[in-house]
This record gives sequence, C-alpha cells and structure tokens, in this order.
Amino acid sequence: MTSTLAAGGYAATTAADGGVLSYAWLMIALPLLGAAVLLLGGKRTNAWGHWLAIAAALSSFVWAVLSLGQLLGRAPEERSVTVHVYQWIKVGTFDIDLSLLIDPLSMTFALLITGVGSLIHIYSVGYMAHDENRRRFFAYLNLFVAAMLVLVLADNYAVLFLGWEGVGLASYLLIGFWQHKPAAAVAAKKAFLINRVGDIGLLVSIMLLFTTFGTVTFHPVFESVDGAGRGLMTAVGLLLLLGACGKSAQLPLQAWLLDAMEGPTPVSALIHAATMVTAGVYLIVRSGPIFEAAPTAQLVVTIVGAATLLAGAIIGCAKDDIKKALAGSTMSQIGYMTLAAGLGPIGYAAAIAHLVTHGFFKAGLFLGAGSVMHAMNDEVDMRRYGGLRTVMPVTFATFGVGYLAIIGVPFLSGWWTKEGIIQAAFDSGGLTGQILGWVTVLGAGLTAFYMSRIMFLTFFGTKRWAKDANPHESPAVMTVPMIILAIGSAALGAVLVVNYTLANFLAPVVGAPAHEFDLVHMLTSPYSLAALVLMIVGVAYAWVRYANDKVPVTAPKGNFITVAAREELYGNAINEGLFMRPGQQLTRATVAFDDHGVDGVVTGIARSVRAASENLRLTQTGFARSYALTMLFGAAVVVVTTLGVNLA
Amino acid sequence: MDPMNYIVLAAIVFTIGAVGVLVRRNAIIVFMCVELMLNACNLAFVAFARMHGGIEGQVIAFFVMVVAAAEVVVGLAIIMQIFRTRRSASIDDANLLKN
Repeated sequence: MTSTLAAGGYAATTAADGGVLSYAWLMIALPLLGAAVLLLGGKRTNAWGHWLAIAAALSSFVWAVLSLGQLLGRAPEERSVTVHVYQWIKVGTFDIDLSLLIDPLSMTFALLITGVGSLIHIYSVGYMAHDENRRRFFAYLNLFVAAMLVLVLADNYAVLFLGWEGVGLASYLLIGFWQHKPAAAVAAKKAFLINRVGDIGLLVSIMLLFTTFGTVTFHPVFESVDGAGRGLMTAVGLLLLLGACGKSAQLPLQAWLLDAMEGPTPVSALIHAATMVTAGVYLIVRSGPIFEAAPTAQLVVTIVGAATLLAGAIIGCAKDDIKKALAGSTMSQIGYMTLAAGLGPIGYAAAIAHLVTHGFFKAGLFLGAGSVMHAMNDEVDMRRYGGLRTVMPVTFATFGVGYLAIIGVPFLSGWWTKEGIIQAAFDSGGLTGQILGWVTVLGAGLTAFYMSRIMFLTFFGTKRWAKDANPHESPAVMTVPMIILAIGSAALGAVLVVNYTLANFLAPVVGAPAHEFDLVHMLTSPYSLAALVLMIVGVAYAWVRYANDKVPVTAPKGNFITVAAREELYGNAINEGLFMRPGQQLTRATVAFDDHGVDGVVTGIARSVRAASENLRLTQTGFARSYALTMLFGAAVVVVTTLGVNLA
Repeated sequence: MDPMNYIVLAAIVFTIGAVGVLVRRNAIIVFMCVELMLNACNLAFVAFARMHGGIEGQVIAFFVMVVAAAEVVVGLAIIMQIFRTRRSASIDDANLLKN
C-alpha cells in the first residue's frame, strides 16, 4: 500500500515566512512562562496567580486562532509549515532541531488544547477557590498546556517525546495534587509507572527510526518508509502502539486511568478526558505512513481499540463513583478513536473528529460532575445523588446536552462523529470490517446505557442525599465554561462533519475522504439505524432500572458480570499477579542476595582476616627464646625446601 | 684429612649453639651460644672454600668475624643496660614490648 500521506502534505513542508506563524512558539512559551512565574514567584503570586494562568492560556488560544487564520489563507497543499526555533542537539550525525510543525492536524489539536484548556482554567477558579494551594494548581495546569502543545506541535519524534514526558509529569503532579490523601499519592505513582511502560515503547521506536533512517523528523521519515522492511515497520508500529496505549489508557495499559480520578475534577476533565489521553490517538494518526506500511500493526491497533471500547463501556456500566464511570466512558470513547485510527486513511479524519467533539462533551460532562461534587460536599457516589435536576438547573442542562451528545442523539456532536467511525469501520471491508463495525454499534448501545445510568442516578429519581448535604448551583465562573462546552457539544459535530469540513481541512495530512458527504446515507444506512435502535434500548433499560424510587443507597451484590466490571475487569488483579507480585519477589530476592550474598562475601573476608589475626596474635608471646625457635624452624624449612627443590 | 670432618664438626658446634640459644635463660650464655653458631658457620665456610678450591668462603668468614665483633660491642652494651635497670640478666624477664 503506497502512502497517500507522503505524497500529499508532508512533501510540501515549507518554512514559515514571517507573520504569526513564525512566532508559533509563543503558543508554548506563554503558558510555560505562566507556570515559571507561578512556581518561582511563590506565595507572592497567590492573589493574582490564577488570573495570570488564565491570561497565559487564553493568549495561547488567541495565538492559535491567529495561526489558524494565517494557515487557512494558504493554499491547502502549502499548509504544512515548519517553524525552526533553535538547534537542540547536535552530536555527529544526530542532529535535532527544536522545530514546530504547523499543519492542519497539529493546529486542530492546538485549538482543542488551548480552547478547552482555557475554559477549564476559568472553571478551576471557582472549583479550587477554597484550596490553599490554588496557585500551584494553576502553575501545573499551565505546565500541562505548554507540554501538551510541545507534544502536538513537534515536527520530530524527539521533541514529541519531550512533550510526551512533559504531559506525563504534569499528569503525575496533578493526579497527586492532594498528596496528603494516600489514595491520590498512590494513584499518581501508578499513573506514572504505567505510563513509563508505554514510554519505553515510544522511546525504542524512536531509536529504531533513527538507526534506520538516520533522522527522527516526521517528514523525511515518512518519505522513506516505503524503502524500509515491513518487519521493521511492524516492530516500530507496535512499539508506537505500546506508547499510545500507555498514554491513552488502552488495553493492556488501561489500569491507571480510573485511579487517576483521585485528582481534582478539572484535571480529570482537561488531562484525563479531553486532551492528554488522546495523545496516543494523535501519535497513531501522525505516524500514519508507518502504520500503513505495517498492516499487522494496524490490525493490532484496531483490535486494541475494539477491546478497550468494550472493556471501558462495561466498566462504566458498573461503577458507582461518578468520575470513575465517566473515566470508563473515556477509555471506551478513546477505544473508538484508536479503532478508527487503526483503519488507515479512511479512519483518520473520523478519529480526529470524534477526538475533538469528545474533548468538548467529555470535558463538559466532567465539569458537570465536578459541579455536582462541589455541591454535594465532594460526594462521588452516584447512589447518594438523585433528583438534582431541580436544584442545579444549569448543571443539569449542560450535563444533559453532553449526555445527549455522547450517546449519539442524531444531529448532536457525538452522533456525527461516532457515525463517521461506524461508517469507516464497515467501509474497511472484509470480515474484520464487519466485526469491528458491529463492535462499534454494540459500543453505542453500551454507551447509551452507562451514560443514562449516570444521568438518571444523578439528576432523576428520589433524593438519596447524605444528611448534611445542601446542594446548590455553582457560581457563574464555573457554569459559564460549562455552558460554552455544552454549546460545543451540541453544535461542533455538525460544523466539523457536514460537508466533511474537518476531513477536507485535514486532507493534506491524512488523505482526502473516501467518498462524498451524504447525510441521507448517514441517516438511513442499516448500521446507523442499528446503532440508533441499540441506543434507544440502552436508554430505556437504564430508565427502567435507575430512574425510579427503588435505587438502593448501598450497591447490591450483583451478578458476576457486575462484580467483574466493578473490579475493572480484574485489570488490577492481573497487573498485580503478573507484574507486581513477581516484581516484589524479585526485589526481595535481590535484596536478600545483596544482604547475604554480596555483603556475605565482603563481611566474610573481613571476619576471617580478623579471626586469623586473633590467632596469629597469640604467637607474640614476648619470650625471646620462642622467637628464636620460630626463626630456627623457619630457617630449617627454608633449608629443607631448598634441598628438596635441588634434589628434585 | 678429609674436609668433610670439618663440616660435621661445624654442624655439631652449630647445633650446640642453637640448642644453647633456645634453652638457656642467661643472656650472656645465649650470647656466647650465638657466637658459637657464628663460628660454626665460619668453620663451614672455610671448609667449603678448601673443598672447592676457591677463596670466597674464606673472604666471607672474615666478613662474618667483623660483623660478629660489631655485634658483640652492641649486644654486650644492651645486655649491660638491661642488667643495670632490671637487676637481671634473664632474657625471659625482658618482655616490656609485649602487649
């Protein structure tokens, strides 16, 4: 399969010619500066630090919009612009510049990150109002935005890796933001460690690319992919997938995401729903030519996506913690994107479109969940909610729009983009295409069920509140971002998908859409009708089960599927049994070997020398005659030895 | 006369001297036994020189005599000092360096 990408946009990479694009690095520099000021300024910046952080994020967003404007002013085939910032590493033939690649794909991400990021910055002012470490929180948020922009704007894998590690660090710092809570500290460590496993995959794949092609810059690598062996490309693809799995919480590296919900809710919304966890999808789409040269790797990508799609949805169906249920949903939705990204050029645009709309409605849902928690004294158990729609009308409305969008109600954002993925899966052809397609359809039904469950448990039914609960609507600083995200959740899908606006915009990078935009086909194809029917069934079943007065406050025992889903399908038990326990044993064995083996040799030598000297000391009697005897004996030995040697 | 007899005599005298050094306590006697051993060596050297027809053994015997003379001077002085301070010429008593 020849790459449609290398022939397209990458070949036409041009240098920035002044104007806004030449200063694209400002998008990264501004939030980075914000983080530096807040972290170095210390308590002095407490009073105005959060406003500075918001200003940094917003100005970065404005710069991204201006850059987009200039990019749109160029001809479509000239929209891949390289911005050289400075020479980073030069050792022999290893020459890496810190350069940025401004193209439709990276700009889509930059806009999502800075746009949703700014909204969540604003929301956090209200959410974190009573936290004495609010300044530190905002510093980390700015650090995250900067690192994430490095990741998506990089024009080579080394700089991408820099951002990749940067967002990992920010994620670690923010999950463990309330580090006085042991659960948060442990969750942060867990996320960091599991991400490290994925990072090894990414790192090794970068090394393989460098040894093969002598460069790690996207454009030259993708141009020469066809010349490299298929086996090597498969290895690189699978290693990239490992990296993507770690960052995007895909099977088998999914276990950290649910625990990551220990972080403050704006963090869950920004990092663990809208942006950072989608970095894996970005990596796969960006590395498209590599995957197209390795069909096996592509197949594995789709399998991972499909498996995670179902696993996340099943977990989401059983969790009573509202954030964890949403996290299961995030896993599932990213599974959709990964699946689409694994389909090749027919799926890239669908994956990115779903990624963008998911960024909006999932961020909105998380912010809504945060608003509910804020009102309910940080209660996260949905069984203690109920009937909140009258108390919190704005939260209910915005959450409701996000809910309708994610379950795929026609003409809302989620429907447009999820239909695109279902369509792409069936279009990919063959038995694989059928299986993947039906998995996505089934996923739509599961999505409808678990999201309806969250919706009904939280906002409908009877009030099952704790005694001291006194819910109230959140302040405007929190509701306004929620409203904006709700508008995006409702309308963005249509803007992006109708006439394939986003797909055509992305075409220079990921290839043109396979067929014309056809709304009638989208509405009447048997697959979309099947998805619609399953969605209605899911909602109806959830309505029967959860929108009534009989929801128990403590979770019933449930059948074995429920129990398994509550246990996150035993992902933690598997990790513990396969890696943690053996690792612990290995550590203990190593420590024991060090204590008794290595130290044993050292102390053993010392002890025997000491014992020998203790005995030797006894020969120092102080009697001159015994010394004389020793001398005589020694002389006799010398003589006898000499004689023996001479005679032999 | 067979030079071998001198060697046997030297061995006997050396053994007497060595045993004397080991068994006697009086420092003067020990000292004299050391002289016996030295002179047994001299006798052996000279006898060997005669046997091999060289002069190296005789030269070394002279060296040994010079060294022995020096040794007597130093050794007797030390014994005298020990006797003066400790009122004893027994070498078993001279154990100040122990411990």
